Amino acid sequence: MIPASFDYVRAGSIDEAVSLLGEHGDDAKLLAGGHSLLPMMKLRLAVPETLIDIRHLREASYIRVDGDEVAIGGLTRHRDLVTSEVLRAEAPLIGLVAGHVGDPQIRHRGTIGGSLAHADPAADLPAAVLASGATLVAQGAAGRRTIAVDDFFLGFFETALEPDEVLVEIRVLRTGPTGAHYEKFTRRANDWAIVAVATVAGRVALANMGGRPTRATATEQALAEGASIEDAAALAADGTEPVQDMHADPDYRRHLARVLTRRSLAAAAA
Amino acid sequence: MQVTITVNGVERTDEVQPRMLLAHYLRDVCGLTATNIGCDTTSCGACTVHLDGESVKSCTVLAAQASGSSVTTLEGLADGDTLHPVQAAFRREHGLQCGFCTPGMVMAAASLLSQNPHPDEREVREELEGNICRCTGYHNIVRAVLSAADEMSGDRVDAAVQTR
Ligand SMILES: Cc1cc2nc3c(=O)[nH]c(=O)nc-3n(C[C@H](O)[C@H](O)[C@H](O)COP(=O)(O)OP(=O)(O)OC[C@H]3O[C@@H](n4cnc5c(N)ncnc54)[C@H](O)[C@@H]3O)c2cc1C
Ligand code: FES
Ligand code: FES
Repeated sequence: MIPASFDYVRAGSIDEAVSLLGEHGDDAKLLAGGHSLLPMMKLRLAVPETLIDIRHLREASYIRVDGDEVAIGGLTRHRDLVTSEVLRAEAPLIGLVAGHVGDPQIRHRGTIGGSLAHADPAADLPAAVLASGATLVAQGAAGRRTIAVDDFFLGFFETALEPDEVLVEIRVLRTGPTGAHYEKFTRRANDWAIVAVATVAGRVALANMGGRPTRATATEQALAEGASIEDAAALAADGTEPVQDMHADPDYRRHLARVLTRRSLAAAAA
Repeated sequence: MQVTITVNGVERTDEVQPRMLLAHYLRDVCGLTATNIGCDTTSCGACTVHLDGESVKSCTVLAAQASGSSVTTLEGLADGDTLHPVQAAFRREHGLQCGFCTPGMVMAAASLLSQNPHPDEREVREELEGNICRCTGYHNIVRAVLSAADEMSGDRVDAAVQTR
């Protein structure tokens, strides 16, 4: 399978990527790790006329403590999240979850910014970032702006990013070295979640329980009011609208959400 | 467009279409056909090569993205006539049957050992999850990788000698 023809440009900086996006408009797409975009282009589900390669921009690949948050550059690769000592000590959910993305080869290429911008509801990092109480930083023609993660995911493959914006930074709360857990249910190795649950600091986010990653708000509220893990987890599927696909029907997904939430909360508390 | 890529230690410049995949570049432009294309969907790992020293699936990287980088294929792994320890271990432990997955398996395993020189069996299995083999049932592949790890750290006891 070979993608349709396109022009390839390498941006020399984030600023240049933003101006190239402005210049080429809707016909251009950013290329980071390419591990969502290239498969779609091979299937001709995406047919951009220009690819703006940003993968090599080291200026947007970093993980550092900044006040009460950890700042992660948008081009940080999954592999770098997995091996980061800073994340292990300060916000372990992110590295833990990154280790569940695909396989080692995929983690050598894919980036956190690409995963969030792609916004596949079955993906791992969107749920992790949602559970982490994050703030996202986007850079466009008008400069930088911040977007609360709760306002970022709008629907299937849809985010609050404007077409000319680059996701440059993800800021997650420092939660300390413990209390984070991820339960991912798959049938095959190297696959997306049928359902997954990310937990940290009393927040619970679900992957693949609807068109976008979702907070289990009823569970979070019950926990805040002192409910037991069992009782809180029983509410995990409340208000969700999971899809039917070849792997599972909505009822089965709701069941998984409850069971995985219970396991995730218990493991996080242990 | 022009790409300049160091392939198995030799820098070369070629004229390619931007849409050319690294796997096709290696096979069709460089004539290096050890790198197999199995699924073409980033699933099977047969096309695994090293890009700047790390395993990647070359069916999902553009040749254009590799410009300025070094690529190592299975052809570039051995040191002259001396097989790389992972290659030698696949032979010793019978880590292959039809051999189609083998170039990708060996490249994935070599990358794994460069990041984690002393994996246990579970780690080997988990780290090779991006490589599918339809023949062996994986046992001898895992055994080969563990044996290569011992070899590379200098404490391999030859299994054949041991059982005699
Ligand atoms: C076989 C396979 C298995 C996989 N398994 C999993 C899995 O189990 N779990 C999982 O979560 N993911 C999985 N993935 C997806 C993987 O995580 C991708 O790496 C990731 O989703 C996309 O990141 P990328 O850097 O490759 O983005 P790209 O493919 O380069 O880009 C994706 C989209 O985001 C846009 N984009 C990229 N970077 C930015 C940015 N900084 N700002 C704004 N827009 C941007 C691009 O224009 C494009 O539209 C899998 C992929 C494959 C091929
Ligand atoms: S051919 Fe590249 S992963 Fe199968
Ligand atoms: S040896 Fe035949 S596919 Fe692995």
